[in-house]
Amino acid sequence: MADKIKVTIDGQSVEVEPGTTILNAARQIGGDIVPPAMCYYSKLKGSGGKCRTCLVKVAQGSEKDPRPMPKLVASCQTQVMDGMVVENTTSPEVLEARKGVVEMLLINHPLDCPVCDQAGECDLQNLSFEHGASNSRYEFERRTFDKVDIGDKIQLHMNRCILCYRCVYTADQITEGRVHGVLNRGDQSEISTYISAAIDNDFSGNVIDVCPVGALTDKTFRFKNRVWFTKPVDAHRDCDHEKCSGNVVLWYKGEDVLRVTARKDQYGEVESFICNTCRFEKKATSDWIIEGPRKIEETSVISSNHYEMAHPLPVIEKNEALIEANKKMFHKKIK
Amino acid sequence: MSRKILLEHIDVPGINTFDTYRKMGGYRSVEKALKTMSPDDVVEEVKKSGMRGRGGAGFPTGMKWSFLAKPVGVPRYLVCNADESEPGTFKDRYLMEKIPHALIEGMITSSYALGANTSYIYIRGEYFYVLRILEKAIAEAYANGFLGKNILGSGYDLDLYVHPGAGAYICGEETALLESLEGKRGNPRVKPPFPAIAGLYACPTVVNNVETIAAIAPIVNMGGDEYAKIGIGRSTGTKLISASGHINNPGIYEIELGLPVEEFIYSDKYCGGIKNGKKLKAVVAGGSSVPILPANLILKTANNEERLMSYESLSDGGFVSGTMLGSGGFVVYDEDSCIVRNTWNFARFYHHESCGQCSPCREGTGWMEKVLHRIEYGHGKLSDIDLLVEVSKKIEGNTICPLGDAAAWPVASAIRHFREEFEWHIKEATLSQTRNFGLLAAHEALVK
Repeated sequence: MADKIKVTIDGQSVEVEPGTTILNAARQIGGDIVPPAMCYYSKLKGSGGKCRTCLVKVAQGSEKDPRPMPKLVASCQTQVMDGMVVENTTSPEVLEARKGVVEMLLINHPLDCPVCDQAGECDLQNLSFEHGASNSRYEFERRTFDKVDIGDKIQLHMNRCILCYRCVYTADQITEGRVHGVLNRGDQSEISTYISAAIDNDFSGNVIDVCPVGALTDKTFRFKNRVWFTKPVDAHRDCDHEKCSGNVVLWYKGEDVLRVTARKDQYGEVESFICNTCRFEKKATSDWIIEGPRKIEETSVISSNHYEMAHPLPVIEKNEALIEANKKMFHKKIK
Repeated sequence: MSRKILLEHIDVPGINTFDTYRKMGGYRSVEKALKTMSPDDVVEEVKKSGMRGRGGAGFPTGMKWSFLAKPVGVPRYLVCNADESEPGTFKDRYLMEKIPHALIEGMITSSYALGANTSYIYIRGEYFYVLRILEKAIAEAYANGFLGKNILGSGYDLDLYVHPGAGAYICGEETALLESLEGKRGNPRVKPPFPAIAGLYACPTVVNNVETIAAIAPIVNMGGDEYAKIGIGRSTGTKLISASGHINNPGIYEIELGLPVEEFIYSDKYCGGIKNGKKLKAVVAGGSSVPILPANLILKTANNEERLMSYESLSDGGFVSGTMLGSGGFVVYDEDSCIVRNTWNFARFYHHESCGQCSPCREGTGWMEKVLHRIEYGHGKLSDIDLLVEVSKKIEGNTICPLGDAAAWPVASAIRHFREEFEWHIKEATLSQTRNFGLLAAHEALVK
């Protein structure tokens, strides 16, 4: 086995296998220094490089060749070199470029979060909250498409799509055959099926999970509820589909399972893909073996309704009496 | 300063046929290379010649060739980029149409140097009639033993194919071209790996422009050192320039690099001056992607030195006061041209041609076009000018392929050099619909 190589990202060093990308090295460190990624998906070969949100600055190419790289690079595609020094959140240039990318992603996005099923678990929403400007400088009519039903379980809202190509790779690599792809070019590009073919195979539902925005939505869940009003519970069943893990999250509202999804990690990537039977047809508690509440990132709006508040409000932090009163609730977070 | 190499025999009747081309000394480089030189010798000559790629980026060809990976048992490919779509550039079409054998000869010699046994000419879809001409020429080359098995008894085999694109500017980007050639959607690939390591069908590949490949034959014939004597400094050899716009003699000119820009515009041997006795306003020196320069900066550099037609001289001053030789699409604008309209027109082109893969280019090109359209039609705001600069900066350097840069540079440079005109267009919204701004006062004194 080759020796591990050292890379420093925002001042934190980590040793990784040769061939690791900057993004994955950052994920090994974890925390705020991990660049956001809208199109890269570690489980999909060939994905990444397109959205440009993960751009970082390479301040030192390697130990041997310490010159910086002339342009910002896509961290999901650039492999680390020994002694590489990367700047992500510490580089104003990177933050500026990322802000620009967010602005570009939003100029043709409908911003219909109030009626979008993805709201609350949308990567674009999170990204624009963290990196975007509060106002758009775009004053023109947005590009629009009609909604399309692609298959009986999935609806496509092309207006919301950011053309990450994840669903295309998913169909190529996870399902048995791809019948959809990207048509046209430039800002007229659209995800579409070939001559109105339906996406109809056992694994098609995974395109919903990989979609970072609300472009591909689950028709069995559409408009049923806001995700932050539902309660996520880990469950599994002994699925007889050979490629399906049967490990899912059930999203409850009261006694009812409103939807079933695959389990997603902290970067929004599914842990294992699930089949359509598990996703669309098993919506009774009796179909499943319940494991327990799903751990949701404390920064997520979904957790705010069900779990303790992640951080004390500033007003609490500033007041001795309130700190004392809330000590239990926030454990160690109050200094 | 008027040595002709590529177009030496352009006026010979029947030069498009094999027999005439051969009679005029054609295919000598194939004989010389295959019979007397090893592939590495040919690469060495090309390196010595110092020739830089004629497609636009100007990367030394010999160096590019030497990067080609040569793993055992893996085929290598040479692909000729004949997807000439840069607005203002039409040199490759002329060369392929008039002297198709010049390209075929270059392809054979280059393929031999690179060890490719299958080579492709990827030609722009709109040039379908040129494809026919090339196929006829290839058939003639096969019939005369210059293509196929065991060429000239040397044991070297080569098959050459012409493949038409389907009408996309982006397929002139080398990796998008390879995707398209493989039968996929023409999206540029994320680099690395570069084509020299994994190109066509994931095999090591060299992609060169038509003019570059055609120039290989004279380099092999005369020797790299001899070729390097032509031109000036690191800009060696001759270059085809597509001259268009408000000039008396638009057309293709083969110039020796180092010719003064002023001579090129005003000499009767070349452009013959500005049409209708008007004054020069601006020049786009290397195809629509390169920064536009006003008259004073195209004739003289910022240091008041004479501006020459060479890679170094044109890029003197960086993007602040310089431009690039690019692909040699030389577009001249007279005093009555509207820079705003021209910039909008370019922006419209890039908006139309963006592949839509990465966000800044996909969304930003459309945005710039809409803002420029608004200014051009008298609905602009003064803040639009800074907005355009901002948007162009957000695109530049942040995309997968150079199309983003190519879309950003013309807009940024037009505003850099002609800001007054943009402001006038916005302030005098009604007037700007009926007349043009004319020359900038600052430029007037400098222009003939």
